[in-house]
Amino acid sequence: MNLDFSVVTNALPYLWKGMQYTLQLTATSAVGGLFFGTLLALLRLSSNKILSNLAAGYVNLMRSIPLVLVIFWFFFLVPLIAQGITGAERPLQIGAERTAMITFILFEAAYFCEIMRAGIQSIPRGQVHSAYALGLTYGQSMRLVILPQAFRNMIPVLLTQTIILFQDTSLVYVISATDFVGAASKIAQRDSRLVEMYLFVAAVYFVLCYTLSYLVKLLQKRIAVIR
Amino acid sequence: MAMIECKDVSKWYGSFQVLTNCTTSVEKGEVIVVCGPSGSGKSTLIKCVNALEPFQKGVITVDGVSVGAPKINLPKLRSRVGMVFQHFELFPHLTIIDNLTLAQIKVLNRKTDEAKTRGMKLLDRVGLTSQAAKFPGQLSGGQQQRVAIARALSMDPICMLFDEPTSALDPEMINEVLDVMVQLAKEGMTMMVVTHEMGFARKVAHRVIFMDRGEIVEDARKDDFFGQPRSERAQQFLSKILHN
Amino acid sequence: MTGLCAANRIAKQESFRSSKGSVFGASFDPGGAGASMNYNWNWGVFFQQTPDGDGAYWEWILAGFYWTIAISVAAWIIAMVLGTIIGTVRTTDNKWLVRLGNAWVELFRNIPLLVQMFLWYFVIPEFIPPLKGWMVSTEPIYAQFLSAVLCLGLFTSARIAEQVRAGIQSLSRGQRNAGMAVGLTQVQVYRYVLLPMAFRIIIPPLTSETMNLIKNSSIALTIGLAELTFRSREIGEYTFNFFEAFTAATVIYIVVAMTANRVMAFVERRVAVPGLIGTK
Repeated sequence: MNLDFSVVTNALPYLWKGMQYTLQLTATSAVGGLFFGTLLALLRLSSNKILSNLAAGYVNLMRSIPLVLVIFWFFFLVPLIAQGITGAERPLQIGAERTAMITFILFEAAYFCEIMRAGIQSIPRGQVHSAYALGLTYGQSMRLVILPQAFRNMIPVLLTQTIILFQDTSLVYVISATDFVGAASKIAQRDSRLVEMYLFVAAVYFVLCYTLSYLVKLLQKRIAVIR
Repeated sequence: MAMIECKDVSKWYGSFQVLTNCTTSVEKGEVIVVCGPSGSGKSTLIKCVNALEPFQKGVITVDGVSVGAPKINLPKLRSRVGMVFQHFELFPHLTIIDNLTLAQIKVLNRKTDEAKTRGMKLLDRVGLTSQAAKFPGQLSGGQQQRVAIARALSMDPICMLFDEPTSALDPEMINEVLDVMVQLAKEGMTMMVVTHEMGFARKVAHRVIFMDRGEIVEDARKDDFFGQPRSERAQQFLSKILHN
Repeated sequence: MTGLCAANRIAKQESFRSSKGSVFGASFDPGGAGASMNYNWNWGVFFQQTPDGDGAYWEWILAGFYWTIAISVAAWIIAMVLGTIIGTVRTTDNKWLVRLGNAWVELFRNIPLLVQMFLWYFVIPEFIPPLKGWMVSTEPIYAQFLSAVLCLGLFTSARIAEQVRAGIQSLSRGQRNAGMAVGLTQVQVYRYVLLPMAFRIIIPPLTSETMNLIKNSSIALTIGLAELTFRSREIGEYTFNFFEAFTAATVIYIVVAMTANRVMAFVERRVAVPGLIGTK
């Protein structure tokens, strides 16, 4: 069996394009997911039963079904919803790549919600009380007092979840979006070099994720000392 | 030949020396109390005797067997040395009677029935037969520690080590445990006891060892120690302890 | 030789995509089937006959469900056995065993599951000729099943190893000492003292790992295995009733998740130690 890794070196520009999409997707999903996740967390923690149950239902739904199925769902629904919103004649095809972004933002929101909820709940009640005692409204105390602390406490967990997200983005493969794995797969099939390409992909992911996890661990140690 | 012998035992945690040239011995039937301020290494020394802690220099022998020897069968050695811990350390997922029979069955290969009978006899000795089917979490601290003593005795040990057996107990439960230990001493068990309970020492100890900062500072017969301790550190310690 | 077998397997990989050779999204477009703007609701689709004529569509769902369960159970067994061994090994004093255990965990944690699935199905057989020989000659679904089970089993074993290690290390040092003090050997201490308590402690995270495992079984569709998600998408492509098909799959996954949850909660109650509130 002869391995020929030149197929990898020759394809680097195309692979890099795929990786760019992966990074893009990860970044937008992380930011968007965190934003909506925090909103969801606040909804879950609100005293309004309807809102909190709705939020809880959404989060539990997203966490009970496979990501692949969620991707298929959104790939099917998003054009329909876009059609409904814009009143177009037929479902709007906005492309796999953009659909994937919407999907991942809404999917990760459920996971970030749970992280932020834990973070918010870990802030002592005294903080909320002192904020109210000063005359701050709910919105102000959340925005200025609670959320900044909660966020800082949860940074290591949020980062770890982002690394997981980075790996999960590979699943856009199932809707033929061209991320890093998708790009490698296309080259592999074109040149019949599955072994070399997939080994390369695995190695790249391993190095990246291991390094990032290690950095998060270092950060965790730093934060622990400061506290 | 002494039951327990320590010769020039030294131990380091990394570069920090916790035991320095500790030399002492315990004869068969003797009760030794080891006392000293916290951090003096007394718990560490006693854990070296049954090899729960390794030591880098010196020799410890138990009934003639060198504890630090490379090829030694540690489980076998430990089965002959009973140990009682500060935090009782009963096995929480086993009933009281199972706590007493586990090691008998698995280490000494006794039959279940025999192990159970012996276990119940020991429970009777410490006054807890009614608790046999309960779990450790359902017992008080004093009861748990008495069971722990029974567990150590279930292995028919040649000597018993006690690592601050009453330090984690509420005051009203200390005596029920000390009574069991006094009884044990009177029956002639060789005992090495790390404790602050000087009343116990006065009652049954033959010798008292005072440790400070990893060294054995004083090793005297009980009456000598309480009457006229030679070292100043021991005097200071005694005056602090005895005021309580 | 490599090219031939690879082409063989690529063809099977392609088969998971629409059998009409077109990509999912395009085959879904109702505009191609007629100019209807509205979705054609048809909850009776499950009782329609399939194109190959041997049954109704609900039987496809059932078949997919069976494969999902089969993969999950087989992989779970592998994961529990391996994960326990590796997690335990990582708590011993043997530096090399600990390093090996850590390497195992890091390896499976830092590569996406999709990529691992590809490695097991396309790459690893290339290095083990007898395995490849068997995979090429047998029914595709068995080769896919083996790859999926190995992939998922080993991936999850790394996560379970983490849980087991954390569980054992949360026990006080005193428990280990007490076990050794009565003369139990290292192995006996683990078997009779540490592991029984550690497993009780980690039942909650073990439950979520089990649910993750069931969800992750869906990734096997990327190597062509016709599990539940694959089948639901397939029904959608044949009937254009994607909504109904996906709903069926969604409901089944939710029910399975809830069941797994209930089972674990029951187990937790049954093995709970009286008198112990939580852990130390």
